[in-house]
Amino acid sequence: MVNRSATSGAQSRRPVSSSPAPAGDAATRRPLDVSITGVMLAAAARLFSGARARWVNCEPDTCQRIYFANHTSHLDALVIWSALPHRVRALARPVAAKDYWERGIVRPYLAKNVFHALLIDRKKIKVHNSPVRMLLSAIGETYSLIIFPEGGRSLDGTVHPFKSGLYYLCKKRPDLEAVPVYLDNMNRVLPRGEVLPVPLLSCITFGPPIFLEAGETKQSFSQRARQAVLALKER
Amino acid sequence: MNFSFDQKSLWLVVGVAFVLAVATAIGQILRRRTDTSLNQATIDVFIHRINGWWLMCSVLAVTLLLGRTVTVVLFGLVSFWALREFITLTPTRTADHRTLFWVFFFFTPLQYLLIGMGESQYGLYSIMIPVYAVLFILARASFSGDPKRFLERAAKIQAGLIVCVYCLSYAPALMSLKIEGYPAPGNEGRNAGLLLFFVLVVQMGDAMRYVWDKAAGQRVIAPAINATKTWEGFTGGIGSATLLGTAIWWVTPFPVWMATLVSLLISVMGFCGGLTMSAIKRDRGVSDYGTLIEGHVGVLDRLDSICFAAPIFFHITRFLSGSGWLT
Repeated sequence: MVNRSATSGAQSRRPVSSSPAPAGDAATRRPLDVSITGVMLAAAARLFSGARARWVNCEPDTCQRIYFANHTSHLDALVIWSALPHRVRALARPVAAKDYWERGIVRPYLAKNVFHALLIDRKKIKVHNSPVRMLLSAIGETYSLIIFPEGGRSLDGTVHPFKSGLYYLCKKRPDLEAVPVYLDNMNRVLPRGEVLPVPLLSCITFGPPIFLEAGETKQSFSQRARQAVLALKER
Repeated sequence: MNFSFDQKSLWLVVGVAFVLAVATAIGQILRRRTDTSLNQATIDVFIHRINGWWLMCSVLAVTLLLGRTVTVVLFGLVSFWALREFITLTPTRTADHRTLFWVFFFFTPLQYLLIGMGESQYGLYSIMIPVYAVLFILARASFSGDPKRFLERAAKIQAGLIVCVYCLSYAPALMSLKIEGYPAPGNEGRNAGLLLFFVLVVQMGDAMRYVWDKAAGQRVIAPAINATKTWEGFTGGIGSATLLGTAIWWVTPFPVWMATLVSLLISVMGFCGGLTMSAIKRDRGVSDYGTLIEGHVGVLDRLDSICFAAPIFFHITRFLSGSGWLT
């Protein structure tokens, strides 16, 4: 269950336990109210979503990663973020929709201070105005990303074809580990169009990282990434 | 604080702790001996089970000691968790979301609130879920406008609510049951002993069923439902539980022969609960069940027998007490 995949052995990685990156320490040093809110929110999210994290051929690590998952509910980013171990969580920045997370008082506070979310205006995504460069400059050499490449929430729990964002991220930064994540049952906890969640049990599976192969096309990589997520359903 | 345990109940707790201590010691000795013909895995399962009993008994004893309110709250939380597992196992459709919300956040707390208010609410808490919640679920599901597999979906939610919440809530309801010859309400010491008796007998039936299945199991009852539950386990488990119930009759308000019959009845019901839950799991397929629930505590697995036995135990005690047979 815990052995690393063969592909990740090629590059040097920073293990989580032995020598944490100095940048990681800087990121975990936060104002008290923010870290308390963060810890409590993560605990509440884990309890409420009944989420259990499984790591299949992959280990929690502070190295830079792109966690890409299927998307069925507004809670998805929160649930993945809270399923990560504390030190890894401090470095993970969810990519979320601006129109949802800028509404009200609580959501902007959480998005800005607690998750360090990167908010994207979905209506303005164009070829010449791609958020990929903004995301990559935001994570620098320290942070990881949590993204949902389907581009929107699925109604029935099926995984839709992936949009190209993941491909471009991997093309510009081939050193990032792209970790597939499968969220099971979250579409029942908070389906699309509902406001109040129902506390069923859910399961988050982290799978072995994939990398963009030399000369791989956008379409074949997107398909391969989607298959990597789907494969975790059965594991 | 007014600790509620009378002397007999306290003796029962001490006795259980003693038996568990002996069992733990035996487990440790067996584990250290390498020359035995016993299977190491079997010994580990045995130790694991004993530890489970320690946990369950100590939580129950402390809760009962703290009185009726704490007991009702504990069972309420356990119901909530069991319902969560039940609904996770039985798929519903998106249209059922709001129905489920009502079930989790309205009917479950309301049932335990009524139980907490005591026996004066018996008229309401004994029909609130089986009549009003059941009707509500049907009506709410039709408002949501999805006709697909309508009755099946409604029945799943109703079954979950009845088994996990309604049935289980009869266990803490024992705490406020007026019993002939018992002290006036407000002093639940002897009622706590009765609840302890109930849990011990039913759980003993479960544990001994497992032992008898392993030791003498020959004829499987329903191979398609559960390939490990045999008639030998059924008889042995129920027999052992009935013996235990008879042996600790002194903690109940019943005469010996009545304690025997009641123990027999509740251990049969307990067995039915286990078999029913096997059927539900089997219908869903083992793999489905595996990834979602695996790694969680599995509250429902431990409590299926308690859920099925609680209402009959409550009602028969209430009937016997009202009939004047206990004096």
